[in-house]
Amino acid sequence: MEALIFVPAAVLAVGGALGVVLSRRPVHSALSLLLVLASLAVLYLLLWAQFIAVLQVVIYAGAIVVLFLFVIMLLHMQTGEPLRDPLRKQRPVMVVVAAFFLSGLTYIVTAGGVALQRGAVAPDFGTAEGVGRALFTRFLFPFELASVILLVGIVAAVAIAKEVPGLMVHEESTVEEADVLAAAADH
Amino acid sequence: MVPLSFYLVLGALLFSLGIVGVLIRRNALIVFMAIELMLNSVNLTFVALARHLTSIDGQLAVFFTIVVAGVEAVVGLAMLVEIFRARSTVSLDEVDLLRG
Repeated sequence: MEALIFVPAAVLAVGGALGVVLSRRPVHSALSLLLVLASLAVLYLLLWAQFIAVLQVVIYAGAIVVLFLFVIMLLHMQTGEPLRDPLRKQRPVMVVVAAFFLSGLTYIVTAGGVALQRGAVAPDFGTAEGVGRALFTRFLFPFELASVILLVGIVAAVAIAKEVPGLMVHEESTVEEADVLAAAADH
Repeated sequence: MVPLSFYLVLGALLFSLGIVGVLIRRNALIVFMAIELMLNSVNLTFVALARHLTSIDGQLAVFFTIVVAGVEAVVGLAMLVEIFRARSTVSLDEVDLLRG
């Protein structure tokens, strides 16, 4: 019964991951990432992690992917790849390396004594109440640190992306340079 | 009843696909998305192990991973926008000098 939900969600997750990695256009990659995040949210629901599933959809799919799409729109990307690729011969080697890595990981998770049976869990396992109880008692210090990290991230993003007049090379300044060079050449 | 190893293998597969994406693609935006893919695969591993060890701590780890991944995406994309303003490209091949 659980496999009836696991198999389609897993297939969609892998398909979305392939779409992220192989798509020509960044918008298609962003939508494939959305598919991966939604499939993982379904898997979290299977694993008694309701609160995390909702967090995943709201924060990851609802904010981060939207941020990616905004940046894609801002950068006005037409295609993803440049015409020349100096490392082109290394691409098959990279895929082979990743395949070796995958086989190593698969061996580790399946061959060892990780034959854990599922025990019974409390009824509020994975709910907002269950996660919150642990969050505000045993994980209080990381929680406060997380809010500091969020604040620092917001300030840093605003400070980085803010335009400082005169700092960047603008169109007008290059024209001035050309005028100065032409005037210097005239002498 | 889906065994634990299925979830772990799925996490490993997504992680490897993220690695392939980071290694192969030259567009910085796609590389960012592949990094997010890797973070999500680790989240899946945490949640699966939390269920099978009947400990809520794995889900707390996912909570903090999501928070930090959000901050990382915001700051990284801000830097990407700034680099694009300076160089008019987001190709990793063409932004290879530390000198501005």
